[in-house]
Amino acid sequence: MDEYEQFKTTYFAECAELLGDVEVQLSSLSDGSQDPEVLHAIFRAVHSIKAGAGAFKFTQLAAFSHEFEALLDRMRDGRIAVTEQGVNLLFKASDILSAMIEAAESKTQQSEDFGKEILDEISLIVTGKLAPFQTIKNSDDNQDSQVNQESAPDEKLTYQITFAPKAQLFKHANEPLLIIRELKSLGDLTSIPILKNLPSLAKMDGEEAYLAWNFELISNVRLDEVEEVFEFVTEDCDLEIKTVSDNSEPEDEIIEKTSVATQSSDPANQTAKSPVTAAKVTSIRVDLERLDRLVNMVGELVITQSMLSQQTNDLPSEQFPHMVRGLEELALHTRELQESVMSIRMQPVKSVFSRMPRLVRELSAKLNKKVNLTTIGENTEVDKTVIEEISDPITHMIRNSLDHGLEGTEERIELGKPDTGNVTLSAEHRAGRIVITISDDGRGINRQAVMKRARERGLIAETATPSDDEIDNMIFAPGFSTAEKVTDVSGRGVGMDVVRRNIQALGGRVSIQSTPGKGSRFTMTLPLTLAVMDGMIVQAGGDKYVIPIPNIVESLRPAKSSLKRLPTGQSLVHIRGHYVPLCSLHRVFNINGAITDPAEALVVLVESEEFGTTGIVVDELIGQQQVVIKSLESNYKPVPGISAATILGNGKVAPILDIEAIYRISQQELRNSPVPDDSDHSDVSENVQDSLASKEAATLAAQNAEIPTPSIG
Amino acid sequence: MVALETDTASNTSTSVGIPNADGMVEEETTRLTGTQQFVTFAIGAEEYAVDIMQVREIQAWTEVTILPNQPHYMRGVLNLRGIIVPIFDLRRRFDQGDTEATSIHVVVIIAVGDRIIGILVDRVSDILTIDGSEIRAVPDLDDSGESEHIIGLVTAGERMVALLDTGSLFRHEIISSSLDAVEEPFAQQG
Amino acid sequence: MSKKILAVDDSKTMRDMVSFTLKGAGYDVLEAADGLLALDALVSQSVDLVITDINMPNMDGISLVKALRENPSFSSTPILVLTTESDDSKKNEGRDAGATGWIVKPFEPEKLLKVVQKVCG
Repeated sequence: MDEYEQFKTTYFAECAELLGDVEVQLSSLSDGSQDPEVLHAIFRAVHSIKAGAGAFKFTQLAAFSHEFEALLDRMRDGRIAVTEQGVNLLFKASDILSAMIEAAESKTQQSEDFGKEILDEISLIVTGKLAPFQTIKNSDDNQDSQVNQESAPDEKLTYQITFAPKAQLFKHANEPLLIIRELKSLGDLTSIPILKNLPSLAKMDGEEAYLAWNFELISNVRLDEVEEVFEFVTEDCDLEIKTVSDNSEPEDEIIEKTSVATQSSDPANQTAKSPVTAAKVTSIRVDLERLDRLVNMVGELVITQSMLSQQTNDLPSEQFPHMVRGLEELALHTRELQESVMSIRMQPVKSVFSRMPRLVRELSAKLNKKVNLTTIGENTEVDKTVIEEISDPITHMIRNSLDHGLEGTEERIELGKPDTGNVTLSAEHRAGRIVITISDDGRGINRQAVMKRARERGLIAETATPSDDEIDNMIFAPGFSTAEKVTDVSGRGVGMDVVRRNIQALGGRVSIQSTPGKGSRFTMTLPLTLAVMDGMIVQAGGDKYVIPIPNIVESLRPAKSSLKRLPTGQSLVHIRGHYVPLCSLHRVFNINGAITDPAEALVVLVESEEFGTTGIVVDELIGQQQVVIKSLESNYKPVPGISAATILGNGKVAPILDIEAIYRISQQELRNSPVPDDSDHSDVSENVQDSLASKEAATLAAQNAEIPTPSIG
Repeated sequence: MVALETDTASNTSTSVGIPNADGMVEEETTRLTGTQQFVTFAIGAEEYAVDIMQVREIQAWTEVTILPNQPHYMRGVLNLRGIIVPIFDLRRRFDQGDTEATSIHVVVIIAVGDRIIGILVDRVSDILTIDGSEIRAVPDLDDSGESEHIIGLVTAGERMVALLDTGSLFRHEIISSSLDAVEEPFAQQG
Repeated sequence: MSKKILAVDDSKTMRDMVSFTLKGAGYDVLEAADGLLALDALVSQSVDLVITDINMPNMDGISLVKALRENPSFSSTPILVLTTESDDSKKNEGRDAGATGWIVKPFEPEKLLKVVQKVCG
């Protein structure tokens, strides 16, 4: 078992961050930025990657990043000019680095020659043998070996060291003998003890320090390595290290009671001078596990607090005014605390958005189309849990735009459009959710083709007349694809239906609007976090369930007269001129003791892109509250119809309903076993029956989509 | 007296962390070598046992939440300090009838691979310390149907205790990728 | 006879890593998951070096260092504290409490061995 796995995980996570940063910086550079900080940032990132690669013995990666770093070093201090060629080389090098890291992470072998071309090119530039970019300064070789801390000087240096331990050194159990041994291991050591402080045996105090040494060390190690020998004892001794080198004047380095700094005092050396604690710390890196634990604990606090509130609901508030007020305040504070804690995990979508320019660049090259990508709102924040999930959908939708939406260059010119296609990716907060749109100025959806395909696939009846909007959104229907052949670009077997399914699974929605000839726009909304949710607690047969509030339209107790029934057994409720199909929770879940007659029950109208609107029949509403989402699958397994679970104020588990699945299951149930007529709502009249039967299939959904939706109170 | 083991080459423990009452996740640091310990529990007169290393905690029966379409021997799910744990009725699992659970019944919370589950039993008996050599194989003649889930039999005084293979017992309910991480007791003794 | 090192950390992964690295170099390694268990272990045996994490339940590393230094039997036992990169203050806290030195985690195995050599041989 490789026992460094845990550290590798941290390392790879760091690499992902660093590479993302490199990407952003390279973009700035290629856009012409003159800011010197850009190159410094890229240097630091590659430097860190190199360090870790060395620690974990990823030799290929270490070697490559070493050269890459050397190149960056020379570019940042001006020895090599930053030209377009140079930047392109940096891009390529960064790709190779990324691929090597991925290979290391997935433990796949790469050929020894992988990246060799780029590596060679870099080496040649670094060693000055190849000069495609102009070198600005002539580099003094001697100065280089002192200035560039990364290359060990080959010449041997002489260090003169005076070491005088103090008594407190022993109190820390440091052992001079061991320290001296380590010093000896660096090179040739001559030591001269200083005995002047040594008293006679009678006067000697066992706890005191009397001995000191003068050392002369001849070695080719760097100064900071010599200093490192004394790293633990700098405060507990008098220490002097002088470097005497052969070429230049001796440099004095005096270290007294200060923490060891790894910088030479050579004033000409600007690049290596990086103060250890420079800027004020404005951010802190936190182990994700700790943060998750904190979020969980706050979640538990919310549950406990609501449990308390519930318990005291029945108390007459006049008798315990202080307690009641106290609890109200507690509720407020708890909510604030939760919002605060959740906000810690919020991250800007930038990390996902920053990958898109590269994607567009590559795709447009492959498709031979000119594309311009504009990004808006990349600082919009979402919870970490959501960030990870949006990359795929955004990628697919951009691919779709480029592949199917945008016309080729010639076609665009013919149409009088600018030859470069425009794709805009934007993110913003709206109504407590994040809204991400991807729009293009391409050809829009070919409604004829979509209708034809929909009819072929049996998705709509022959006589159906869906609206334009409905036609456009049919691309999300299962099994739908207008592409005659699956193109390499947006193919790979992932259709828009899978994209929508995945977004729905996160509690989100996706839709498309299109204007033929002008373009299309994908709109995706997602909750800000996957960890908590606003839920409506409902009861059926004595058990409680949670319906996600974002899906709820309204709830009602239907009058008997508004309830209809189809021959298939499908119940409907008549609302504001439309018929909405009902799903009985008790039938879907085989619940005993639930109210089966919708006229006696409560109907919660929910909507979803998949089926429009449906009514879920439950016994009653219990109340609305924020729920912490808990996984069922971590210890059990997925349950159809249930997306996750939560823990209510009374400590009991309540399943969170997956309304799309419930609709599907209830439709399935009807097909399998017709419902016995145990209610006495009126049978469907002839006219209604005819008109409904013929349209029943998918147009019911289409009708439902038009139901005016009042806002939830 | 707790002895710290200096040789970590033998069995690794399955460390699945669930928070204890203080919110801390505990991990094992000690292990007795040579013998192994089991927690024994009973349904009716039948006694069973599981490796003590798998047992996370033991608690009194409390009401569970029934999930739709559960297997017949599953009682429901329970909230265990913030995580959701499925609870299985051992009596039903062995088709020996139903357990009328009351607050004096016991749920044994165990870790199986990377999952935490609970087993409803009548009572927990004691902790047995057994040497590998004392375990007998299950006789082939026994086809009560449950023998495939029994690793071996042990005699403790006058009792006969069956060692449960928790991985196979609830395999269908727990789609676990790491069932093979469940310990093989006595695999490397000596 | 090989030197004995006590590794104290509530993370089993860390204990495994330290153990693995040091055993490979010929040291004997004992493990404890927190300060209390460490003190418990030291009741019955002595060690040549203690390596301890700082953040642990029941008794943290700094308290462990202080406790050891207050005990004459351990006043000259080298103690190393494990710190994380961003926790510069912990390094100093450790030193003030009496620690011999520190190692930053994640550590390179060679670095760990070098430091161990330097403080206990």
